[in-house]
Amino acid sequence: MTLAEQYVALSTIVRKEIKRYLRIWTQTLLPSAITMSLYFVIFGTLIGSRIGEMGGFTYMQFVVPGLIMMAIVTNSYSNVVSSFFGSKFNNSVEELLVSPTPNYIILLGYVIGGISRGMLVAVVVTIVSLFFTHLHIHSYFVVVVIVLMTSTLFALAGFINAVFANNFDDISIIPTFVLTPLIYLGGVFYSMELLPDFWAGVSRLNPLVYVVNAFRYGVLGVSDVSLPLAFGMIGLFTVLAFAYSMHLLNSGTRLRQ
Amino acid sequence: MIPALTIENLSKVYGDGFVALKGISLEVQQGDFFAMLGPNGAGKSTTIGIICSLVAKTAGKVSVFEVDIDKDFAAAKKYIGIVPQEFNFNQFEKALDIVINQAGYYGLPRELARERAEKYLKALGLWEKRDVPTRMLSGGMKRRLMIARALVHEPKLLILDEPTAGVDIEMRRSMWDFLKKINAQGTTIILTTHYLEEAEALCRHIAIINKGEIVEHSSIKDLLRRLQREVFILDCLEELPESVTISDFVARRVDSHTLEVEVEKGQYINQVFDELDRQGIHISSMRNRANRLEEMFVNLVEGAA
Repeated sequence: MTLAEQYVALSTIVRKEIKRYLRIWTQTLLPSAITMSLYFVIFGTLIGSRIGEMGGFTYMQFVVPGLIMMAIVTNSYSNVVSSFFGSKFNNSVEELLVSPTPNYIILLGYVIGGISRGMLVAVVVTIVSLFFTHLHIHSYFVVVVIVLMTSTLFALAGFINAVFANNFDDISIIPTFVLTPLIYLGGVFYSMELLPDFWAGVSRLNPLVYVVNAFRYGVLGVSDVSLPLAFGMIGLFTVLAFAYSMHLLNSGTRLRQ
Repeated sequence: MIPALTIENLSKVYGDGFVALKGISLEVQQGDFFAMLGPNGAGKSTTIGIICSLVAKTAGKVSVFEVDIDKDFAAAKKYIGIVPQEFNFNQFEKALDIVINQAGYYGLPRELARERAEKYLKALGLWEKRDVPTRMLSGGMKRRLMIARALVHEPKLLILDEPTAGVDIEMRRSMWDFLKKINAQGTTIILTTHYLEEAEALCRHIAIINKGEIVEHSSIKDLLRRLQREVFILDCLEELPESVTISDFVARRVDSHTLEVEVEKGQYINQVFDELDRQGIHISSMRNRANRLEEMFVNLVEGAA
């Protein structure tokens, strides 16, 4: 395929993906807005007012970046896992597999679809958060880069999950039993300064710690981990996830007989 | 003229050890209407799956218009349009979106994709249903949608895996007419079917696959010429006697007004009419007992031919 043809194929996949999640917005966009509003009310307003300051900010200001990042992670992941598994389940993935579209374009198309949903939900959640607190962005560059890198990483993770999933239960196991605990233990609701040294060390094995803290740095200018280390870790995980996803597509694992 | 499809020593062993193809070879010429027949599990769908990349081959070589799929599968795929046996589209999407998106996967710009989608949805009688979610379409409409989708990038080789399965007679005939038309316009067509009448009506060449091997690969005319025996059913005006004898022929009384006669290769059916006429029996109508190709197919598959 020529580059122009590849661009057409890519934009077709992206357009289809965006159309899909906008068509079912009550299942894809609305739940995050409602869930995050509840978090803001309960943790930020009701409980947060009794907690006082954390990391030099009101508790509400402290949790907002983590909650926005939580929405980005879960939405970019679940968009790709449900869409790609769905296309495997109804065999419509064959439409792509029989076509001359290169594998990297297929992967890129789904990943961009996941990123776009993650970012759209992030915008919605940010707007909701402004009803509860005011936000001052410390570094737009860090915010944009970390959002793009994180949503790419978790969109790729969602793709890998979808390739191995055999049924709809399999696409909810990882988000429920892996992703959610990692997010909750990733410093969304607390500063790692509060943890004993041992558990703070253990927490550093959690990739979500780097994601949440790097984003918090971009918004508030404070972080429990060093920023270059956070970028390095997220970058490394993204490259590994991309390489593995390409390997799965090129070998036809669970896609071709 | 280069062949549309060349398959050499193609074999496939699935992960569970099942040998689906045992080194088959065949060639389909450009412009041909080619039938691939065989019982269930013979290896037809595996062969098609390999040609369009849904199944990984174990060994052998496949070339589409002399493009080796191992060397440039993307180029080979541009030549192919595939209509699979099972519905393989998102049934929540609209017919128009499905066809336009498929064009996009082949790199066709959006405007051209729209034109082509309109052309083929109209040609297949689906234009009125273009904005209906496809789960609302009938089985026949879904099959025609898959044909429109396969044609949107105007492939030189169209492969249809049992396209008329479960389709009513009227719809099947209109699909035949459509396929004949695009074949006449130059598209090479490969068809797998269980309806032997379909293969006889549409196709010029045939391959019969059984247990992963090609047991016959020739023109349909040649195949039928090789038939040694045909059985005709004669409907008689007069009541037949309990025993009917026609010299040199095997005849069997089916009921009071029906007679079954075997005609061997080299014999003339006029002799039967003459003999019956002499016996005062007149024939009102006549038909083959079974589809001739079906008889040959059964013989080949059972190893009796």
